[in-house]
Amino acid sequence: MQNETVISTGKPPKTGVSKSVKEHLVAYSFIAPNFIGFALFTLVPMIFAFVLAFVKWDGANPMDYVGLKNFNRLIQDPTFHKALWNTIIYTIGVVPLTMVCALGLAILLNQKILGRNIMRTVFFFPYVASLVAVAAVWNFIFSPTMGPINNILHAITGIPIEELPRWAADKDWAMFTVVLFTVWKNMGYYMVIYLAGLQGVNPELYEAAELDGANAWKRFRNVTIPQLAPTTFFVLMILIINSFKVYDIFINLFAGADNQLNDSTRVLVYQIYNTAFRSLDYGYASAMAIVLFLLVLGITIVQFRGEKKYGQ
Amino acid sequence: MVGSNKTLKFGALMLAYLLLIVVVLCMLVPYAWMLSSSLKLNKDVFTFPMQWIPELPRWANYVDIWTKIPLGRFIYNTAKLSIIVTVLQLLTSSFAAYAFSKLQFKGKNVLFLGYIATIAIPWQAYMVPQFILMRSMGLNNTHLAIILLQAFSAFGVFLMRQFYQSIPDELCEAARIDGLSEYGIWARIMLPLSKPALSTLTIFTFVSTWNDFLGPMIYLTKTELKTIQIGLRMFISQYSAEYGLIMAASVISIIPVLIVFLGLQKYFVQGVASSGIKG
Repeated sequence: MQNETVISTGKPPKTGVSKSVKEHLVAYSFIAPNFIGFALFTLVPMIFAFVLAFVKWDGANPMDYVGLKNFNRLIQDPTFHKALWNTIIYTIGVVPLTMVCALGLAILLNQKILGRNIMRTVFFFPYVASLVAVAAVWNFIFSPTMGPINNILHAITGIPIEELPRWAADKDWAMFTVVLFTVWKNMGYYMVIYLAGLQGVNPELYEAAELDGANAWKRFRNVTIPQLAPTTFFVLMILIINSFKVYDIFINLFAGADNQLNDSTRVLVYQIYNTAFRSLDYGYASAMAIVLFLLVLGITIVQFRGEKKYGQ
Repeated sequence: MVGSNKTLKFGALMLAYLLLIVVVLCMLVPYAWMLSSSLKLNKDVFTFPMQWIPELPRWANYVDIWTKIPLGRFIYNTAKLSIIVTVLQLLTSSFAAYAFSKLQFKGKNVLFLGYIATIAIPWQAYMVPQFILMRSMGLNNTHLAIILLQAFSAFGVFLMRQFYQSIPDELCEAARIDGLSEYGIWARIMLPLSKPALSTLTIFTFVSTWNDFLGPMIYLTKTELKTIQIGLRMFISQYSAEYGLIMAASVISIIPVLIVFLGLQKYFVQGVASSGIKG
């Protein structure tokens, strides 16, 4: 609205068609470099994805329209169910733990504490550190027989090393290991978001609560938590979406040279990748991709609704 | 009363420090272990109790790794891709954002809505058709594929537009009256003013391209084209018992990101923080 008024007062309405055409051309010339790339390499594939979900195609022979067959296959495919299930379990593990750690650290770092900038850097750095490198260290540290973790556990508890958890190599402990790793790697990112949220809380609210005799817990419960609700909601949504999209963490923690994951660690994006690039079953892979899309879309719709509620 | 309250506060503060120090250690131990092991012989990496500072640091690991795998090539490829993608991203995003923010034209709202809508669609949902498209253009196993895939993100346009919205229109209007063209306004007024947003976009794009894993894994299967991430991954799975060398290569792969991160940290934190508070 503001733009329009400024421009309409700045220029008399009848300057002739050619000027307006020129203005449009100038505007489009600004958009074009980005838009052409964006349309060709993002929009076109997006539309193509919906078409592919309804065909059978190996990339070499002609496409076959199969209607809903790919989706019927999804309903009956136990491997896909397992991948979806593992993704959900991973999400349930990562989301609350990350939120608690991120909020806890943010509250601590929001106090007048020595070296808080250094600590913020230390907590944040794993988020940007190269995944392949840090996953390699984790795999060494959590190595079942040689790793320091199991050696320390053995030294403390006296349980023979063979009976200790085999972490990433153990089908019962794999999910726990990957959740722990993800929290370690990403909590700094969400901590920074929480820190920004905390800085937006009006200090007078705390002073008022203190005057009313509220102790630290009550101030946390009745001031911090409600004031941070929009931030918490945002963090929750982003965390869920990012957990649905997980792939590289699983490959780097669990897969061998063949980049294959087993039944207890396969996730949704891995299944899409494998179906497309190993089995060359592009149609079926796209049907899985549609499931991922719908999951994320569902969360995004919730997010939009929530932001309307919390907004401003 | 006052006294007891003070001791309580002192105690709480000590507890906070204790907690923070424990977490700091948990965060740092993996890097320390990485660094320490990168200077050891394979047989010494897993000795327990472990020796944090090796008696005879094996610097040779940092020499051997360059010949064991084409690490120089991997770093060159990654640096090349990250720099090209970042420059393209900055140029095209700020350019498009200027039109979306300061110019009037037909279809503006529809186009912008198109950009916004796609931010929510996960790349993993259309990576397969994107690959088919790139392959049909003959771009499989080329760096151009990675550049085209990363350089035109909707996120960049969105971020820059948000920032431009905070620059008063009167400024552009005054420049127009002074006879500056729209391109001139973009180059001489908007760009210099948007340094914080440009820095945020730079660090986000650079780090995400440097660390990208799945994209290069799909497109770059020839060894001489690989980036540091998938090159390192290839090395780890081929020579899984070369512990010392793996750790040395890992340290090397982290250093560039560490430098960029420490240098531009302020903008990184600002960028993350502003993504939480809606601008």
